[in-house]
Amino acid sequence: MTAIELAPGIPRSHHQGFGTAVADIATMTGREVRRTLRGVDSLITAFVIPVCIMLVFVVIFGGAIESDGNYVNYVVPGTLVLCLGFGSASTAIAVAQDVTSGTVNRFKTLPVFGSSVLYGHVVASVVRNLVACIPVLGVALLLGYRPAAEFGGWVGAIAFAVLMILAFTWLSALGGLLLSVDAASSINFVFLFLPYLSSGFVPTDTMPVWLRGFADHQPYTPIIETMRDLLSGTAPGNTLWVALAWMLGILLVSYVGATIVFAKRVKE
Amino acid sequence: MTAMNRLHDRTIEVTGLRKTYGKHVVLDSVDFSVGRGEIYALLGPNGAGKTTTINILSTLIKPDAGTVSIGGVDVLSRPQEARRMFALTGQYASVDEFQTGAENLAMMARLGHLGTRARRTRVRDLLEAFDLTDAAGKRVADYSGGMRRRLDLAISLIAAPPVLFLDEPTTGLDPRSRAGLWSLVAELAANGTTILLTTQYLEEAERLAHRVGVIDGGTIVASGTPVELKAQVSGEHLVFSFATVDDVQRAAALRQNAESDLDELAVRVPTEHAVADIRSFLADTADHGVAVTDIAIAGPSLDDVFLTLTGHQAPTGRRASDTNDKEKAA
Repeated sequence: MTAIELAPGIPRSHHQGFGTAVADIATMTGREVRRTLRGVDSLITAFVIPVCIMLVFVVIFGGAIESDGNYVNYVVPGTLVLCLGFGSASTAIAVAQDVTSGTVNRFKTLPVFGSSVLYGHVVASVVRNLVACIPVLGVALLLGYRPAAEFGGWVGAIAFAVLMILAFTWLSALGGLLLSVDAASSINFVFLFLPYLSSGFVPTDTMPVWLRGFADHQPYTPIIETMRDLLSGTAPGNTLWVALAWMLGILLVSYVGATIVFAKRVKE
Repeated sequence: MTAMNRLHDRTIEVTGLRKTYGKHVVLDSVDFSVGRGEIYALLGPNGAGKTTTINILSTLIKPDAGTVSIGGVDVLSRPQEARRMFALTGQYASVDEFQTGAENLAMMARLGHLGTRARRTRVRDLLEAFDLTDAAGKRVADYSGGMRRRLDLAISLIAAPPVLFLDEPTTGLDPRSRAGLWSLVAELAANGTTILLTTQYLEEAERLAHRVGVIDGGTIVASGTPVELKAQVSGEHLVFSFATVDDVQRAAALRQNAESDLDELAVRVPTEHAVADIRSFLADTADHGVAVTDIAIAGPSLDDVFLTLTGHQAPTGRRASDTNDKEKAA
């Protein structure tokens, strides 16, 4: 080893504020983007599986349930929401890996903005999921999906989707902080399964009575109804407020929970 | 630098550290200080409180009582400021497998808030210093264990911290990588970095540390230079070597206080009268048809220190004879 220059002469900013916090989060986001782009698993989970899910619903179920195209228009918004939840859930695995590998410990000993690594996971998740929407919607359009939304509806749908990704991703980040890598990887089954018990794929009045109560009152039903309204150019009614309340509630609880757990969680 | 000089310049100062989890006392009144450029080893078995101590010093957890100062900064009341004074290399090489070595370093340089130009030169210099230039563009997933450890250490040095914490730095390394890491650490200390390391290996503490704190059950039971510690323990050992494992086992059975080392094919026997004990042991082995191939007289090892101070055997499988090879009479 050649002598390493030590104590003196490393120009280093000792200032800390909003600017360094943004820079720290940007660095952490870049790290997550790399993680997604460089793993075959993560690429498939992020971009291939959502397209497959859309194909399954539109081609297989759509063909059997109704052939005039109405079912396609009915099912695409729910499938899109399902895909966004599923995509957000991969954050749980990545966060759990960071805890297990001791990386979180190391980041916590750096003079960086507190939980910037979690912010990096979340920002990367928003980017990843919005990008994943493009092929998913592309496939739907090719298969006959005809959204009637105008410009305003699309803007609303994108903003709504971002809020949903934020809520689901912070929830997943909290799960990743609390769970082992194996347990965290099963979180996406919740996001994959729960939407079926909503009005996303069949109207809830076709369900048995005991299930209908759950389906009508779980968050996915108002969220999917709102997304369907926004994409079909209909003004969303009360369901919008119910959906927003659910998402903001999940976001707030998950964000506060994740921040507290992050501060306490130390890999021994 | 003499021990006296170091005492006047306490870069790390820890007093009265206490940590409990429920009723379980993990640390009980831990005190020690480390001078500038000194290597201090916390030596103890698993569960002794080594990692808890490192975690408190590196701001990861808060103690129930006690004070910690690093480079004059009070760690407990000013953690963010203290984080500029040290870097931590944990037990697990926590480097990102999906990034290349250079990318890992550049990321940590950004998080260390180094300027753009300093970042570039620093990454290049560290890659070179740690013999990773050729592997700089390869993903860490393809690195060997030794390379990961070197990268891990290089990452810790990115902002040239005055203090370095190394938590069991050579766990899981092969002997050659271990020796390489030792010389890197020694050189860092020689250049003025203050190093606190934890280890389960007596050999590591003895080779590397200027001073050793023996920690057991959450308390530092002894501290001093390896020579000072060994001076606290009386007793020499005879080390008899044999040609086969079978011989070792048969010879060890001849003395109640004998300790056999199957890897080294040796038997260690404590002695106070070396000549008489050698003579009687040789006679006994000859009676049982076992041939001794070599004899050495060894001074007390840190193993003995450990046994004397803690009342239980040294924590690892690495035997005392490792440390005593160099002392063997030819």
